[in-house]
Amino acid sequence: MTRPAEVSAVGRVVLKDGTIVDSRGEQRLDVAMENGVVKEVGVALRGDRMVDARGCFVAPGFVDLHAHLREPGKEEAETIETGSRAGAKGGYTALVAMPNTDPPQDSVAVIDFVREQGKRAGLLEVVPSGCITLGRQGEALAPLAELAAAGVRLFTDDGSGVQNELLMRRAMEYARGLGVTLAQHCEVTSLTKGAVMNECQCCTSLGLPGWPSIAEELMVFRDIELARLTGARVHFLHLSTARSVELVRAAKRDGLPITAEVTPHHLSLDDTRLTSFDTVFKVNPPLRSLGDIAALRAGVRDGTIDALATDHAPHPRRDKELSLDQAPPGMLGLETALGVALGVLDVDLVHLVRIMSTQPAAIAGISDRHGRDIEVGVPANVVVFDPDVSWTVSPDSLASKSRNTPYVGMTLRGKVRHTFFDGVATVLDGDAQR
Amino acid sequence: MKHLRSIDELGHDGVVRLLELTTHMVEINSRPVPKVPALRGRTVASLFFEDSTRTRLSFETAAKRLSADTMTFSVSTSSVNKGESLRDTVETITDMGVDAFVVRHKSTGIPWQISDWTDACVVNAGDGWHQHPTQALVDCFTVRQALGRDRFDGLTLTIVGDIKHSRVARSNISAFSMLGANVVLVAPPTLLPPDVSHWPVEVSHRLDEVLHRTDILYMLRLQSERMSQGHVPNLREYAEAFGLDARRVGMLPSGAVLMHPGPMNRGVEMLIDPSTLTNSLIHQQVSNGVSVRMAVLFDLLAGESSASHLSQEAS
Repeated sequence: MTRPAEVSAVGRVVLKDGTIVDSRGEQRLDVAMENGVVKEVGVALRGDRMVDARGCFVAPGFVDLHAHLREPGKEEAETIETGSRAGAKGGYTALVAMPNTDPPQDSVAVIDFVREQGKRAGLLEVVPSGCITLGRQGEALAPLAELAAAGVRLFTDDGSGVQNELLMRRAMEYARGLGVTLAQHCEVTSLTKGAVMNECQCCTSLGLPGWPSIAEELMVFRDIELARLTGARVHFLHLSTARSVELVRAAKRDGLPITAEVTPHHLSLDDTRLTSFDTVFKVNPPLRSLGDIAALRAGVRDGTIDALATDHAPHPRRDKELSLDQAPPGMLGLETALGVALGVLDVDLVHLVRIMSTQPAAIAGISDRHGRDIEVGVPANVVVFDPDVSWTVSPDSLASKSRNTPYVGMTLRGKVRHTFFDGVATVLDGDAQR
Repeated sequence: MKHLRSIDELGHDGVVRLLELTTHMVEINSRPVPKVPALRGRTVASLFFEDSTRTRLSFETAAKRLSADTMTFSVSTSSVNKGESLRDTVETITDMGVDAFVVRHKSTGIPWQISDWTDACVVNAGDGWHQHPTQALVDCFTVRQALGRDRFDGLTLTIVGDIKHSRVARSNISAFSMLGANVVLVAPPTLLPPDVSHWPVEVSHRLDEVLHRTDILYMLRLQSERMSQGHVPNLREYAEAFGLDARRVGMLPSGAVLMHPGPMNRGVEMLIDPSTLTNSLIHQQVSNGVSVRMAVLFDLLAGESSASHLSQEAS
């Protein structure tokens, strides 16, 4: 086997002795990549560079619908380069960059900047999302057509939801004409003023202002009905409650063009974590009850939930050292998503690849180059992971510029071994290549 | 005991130990010169990020009567206004050499966060709506003293008012339950926390229905800002339903006592002058504040020898 440094060089690279897993199932075949595409799939392939994939699965690279890369504006927390590296280590070949930057991604100039910074880093494809409203202020529409012409396919005010019903209706009508998708952060803010954690028994005892489930569910319901009215495609970001899953399930039964994502942390951590007073567990929407967690997992299992999305939200140490009510919400997710998902989701690997790659790629509008079954001619965006290897999360080993992972010291099973973006190795044997 | 952050962390035995110790402190405070050298050479820093009169002064007085040195941190003149983080502030003061921090902050959890950043003891003097353990100890001690009993089995404590936003209520529910009391909460649903089903309490929305079986009536302060947040329509309506007037005092069984953590809102929750009532313990609550806080500081800082050590010094 060759040493990592040699693999990045141009030539025919063969992933040896792995098992391909994609929408067609599992196949024990080698994969040869050359010039950025899959060149051959077969038995006992030879190439200029051989990369060991024994005991591992070879899948289309993961696609994250929800990453806060913080650039421009908050480079102290993360840059597009460090976030890309964290993504590559997590097996991602594409990240949808959330638009709550400073300045926000509501103009072609900022969209182009984010995309170019992604190319400069060259570790994966950074797919900028656009704001629904100007400056994410919820008052006037952002130039959706201009942004769509610049390649934006997913629009969101993430960090906050569009509160005004009329404006949301107009956004949906306009978006339908453009063929783009609106992604909603569902939170009726009049119900969550000052909220720190889930409204539950814990918040009662801790004396913390609660974030009630209904603040999410009201907006999920509203947007399902607006989608029914307007015909717009709507994607729900980071759903966190049992009732939200039920609403989406019913909407899909009605044939509405609705999709939804959940995060690894909402699938794995419950609201009692806050009893430690550790601000790393403060996130928006908040960690919920065990009942909610069970419902989210069931929603993934039965296909109600389309995508696993990280809501990777880096924050510098000093911000997370504020009090619980002052500290910003959010936690890291890119480097731990696979291990957490394998640990908590009762789904087979075909389904896992569907929710981590194929379906998010479709929602992001990048299915031509990501989330493709591994066959001859497709772009070589590929992840190789070992579902059985155990590892302990150590903040110092993270590629992200921030350290706010809630999984510190926890042992996860399942780790990314290699990642290839456009046929070039970005991660080999767990190490970032640039 | 390393810290005093909540009544639940302190536990039943800790509560009893501190109440016993308070008895010694009351004796010291009754002397012509109420001062002992027990904590000589120890330094207690007060970090008050929120306004306070009685709690801050009683802690400082307690520290001085035990001969500890005190350091008072006032937010308005500190580097916090220059953007210094709380962690940096705590680490800076720790470097100067302190043995205990007494902390009040508007945010839940701050005493726990601070104890991660310092080796010194941390005493919670009130964090957000969460806990105010020394107030609960003061209240338990005051009832013990007034009723002359160590356990509260068979007694009913009725807490009236803004339970939702009250750290005093949360600490007292734990402390009085530990000592055997039945606890009844009386408030409109808007002033109760979202889910109290796991608390050892009974809930009522009608004060008049529980007064006849109340042994300890604990009135909470209603902050006027609750009106603007839609918790109650107006003060008049609140006073009508939950305020204590002469009629309601008359409904209490004989021997029932009245408490209030202060500061009082006369004309809102208190429609009668409590100083005219023979069964009011409000003044004792204030005067016991110093003794209880002496017990807490002594227990945290004097080391293993504890009460016997104190008796020697006191003799």
